[in-house]
Amino acid sequence: MSTVVLLLITGLGLGALYFLVASGLSLIYGLMGVLNFAHGSFLTLAAFLGWETARALGADSWGALAAALLVGAAAGALVAAGTELLLIRRLYERHIEQVLVTVGLALASVALFDGIWGTDPQFIRGPAWLAETTEILGARIPNNRFLLIAIAILVLLLIVLFLRFTRYGLIIRAGVENRSMVTALGIDVRRAFTVVFAIGGAAAGIGGVLASHYFGYVSPQLGGSLLIFAFIVTVIGGLGSLPGAAVASVVVAVLQQFANFYLGGTGDLVVVLLLAVVLLVRPRGLFGRAA
Amino acid sequence: MSAPVLAVRGLAAAIGHQPVVEHVDLEVPAGSVTAILGRNGAGKTSTMKAVLGLITRTGGEVELAGERIDGFATHRIVQRGVGYVPEDREVFATLTVAENLRLAERDASPRRELVAELFPDIIARSAQRAGTLSGGQQQMVSLARALLNENRILLIDEPTKGLAPKLVTEVADALARAAEVVPILLVEQNLQVAKRLAQSVVVIAGGRTVHAGPAAEFFADETRVERLLGVHGEASA
Repeated sequence: MSTVVLLLITGLGLGALYFLVASGLSLIYGLMGVLNFAHGSFLTLAAFLGWETARALGADSWGALAAALLVGAAAGALVAAGTELLLIRRLYERHIEQVLVTVGLALASVALFDGIWGTDPQFIRGPAWLAETTEILGARIPNNRFLLIAIAILVLLLIVLFLRFTRYGLIIRAGVENRSMVTALGIDVRRAFTVVFAIGGAAAGIGGVLASHYFGYVSPQLGGSLLIFAFIVTVIGGLGSLPGAAVASVVVAVLQQFANFYLGGTGDLVVVLLLAVVLLVRPRGLFGRAA
Repeated sequence: MSAPVLAVRGLAAAIGHQPVVEHVDLEVPAGSVTAILGRNGAGKTSTMKAVLGLITRTGGEVELAGERIDGFATHRIVQRGVGYVPEDREVFATLTVAENLRLAERDASPRRELVAELFPDIIARSAQRAGTLSGGQQQMVSLARALLNENRILLIDEPTKGLAPKLVTEVADALARAAEVVPILLVEQNLQVAKRLAQSVVVIAGGRTVHAGPAAEFFADETRVERLLGVHGEASA
């Protein structure tokens, strides 16, 4: 029983990380049709800047962690918005070029991070409570999982509130459904593109800082490794669907944890098989709408 | 006849590399309804989309109240005062009726009272998702979105397509009321509706204007109607 609880809550924590990356990917694809392979770079940059911020302020304090999260979110948002404005905006409806540019940016940014912070992982510290455990039904759960889950739920709520109650949120929801009709109502949808990139970048930035606490280190490859699973989550949930991204994040991460423990470390394989099954049975994903 | 609100000269457009509009000339005088007629695939909808910049213009000029707009992006053309009611309505199915209308509001003082007067049924369904409305109700939402703003002209594409006869009459009534406040360029396959609403007609064939003139004169010549449109003047397609 305790093992099941441990795997379940650890899976939820990992799912929270996947959601923070996948939510932006899904919104960006849903509104703009852009597969952003540079999304992991936003996460990695935010993780490094968050780590530097926490080090400068005293890594053990909650204040330093809060500052790291804020810096991570801001860095993710700024770099993502800059990427949209400078690179992606010229390439809308040119999908091959978008892929080439974002893949190129992802590769170049890893080299840049290698150059600045080195190729070895930088092990991090945080508030002591995060490194401790809490016992639930006999399972000793690392506390950082609770922080991850709580922040992911908070980010989900904030995005939902933004989408539901703001003018930009309305434009984004309509744009995900029918972008050209939004334009035909006299709305410059490109501004919404930048906003969506910034929101996605901020979520990925928060995810980067939290990922460094989940794994205990930050490295230039951090974003890339999470991005693969975030893409899988996005496809399984349904491209463009925020609820789909949330549900699929949890399903994928929990399944991964259970398969790793009970099926001899086959978590990644099981996730890829799940992706194949979803693509065969329901190609638009769990929550995706028919084209 | 007064100066045209919309003037299109030699318009050409393509989807990808495929030309869909070859050479269209048309004018919409102030205070009037101009109907674009033609057989299926003639280029009527493409002409409307080309005016709005929704497909790639490859030639010609488009003037709105004397100002060239053919180089503008779609949202800027609409902001200049061009309301658009697309074929198949294109309401945002997952948004409520109220959200569909709120999204369309550009003016500081949108004409909510006019919309409420014209379409009380959809205002009563404000909280309902637009995707759950009937085809006729969706058409009303689409028309309401265009009427909310003080537009210089409305471009309305096949508003009665696929509607039951009773709803066709309702939509035609709404269009007649709308025409009292704004000029309309109307693509319409239902000749009875076109005949009722339009003061002038433009007939397109093969992406080209093949006839333009007063509606009454056009519909009076049944031989010409049959030759150009392939239907009898009394018929409704």
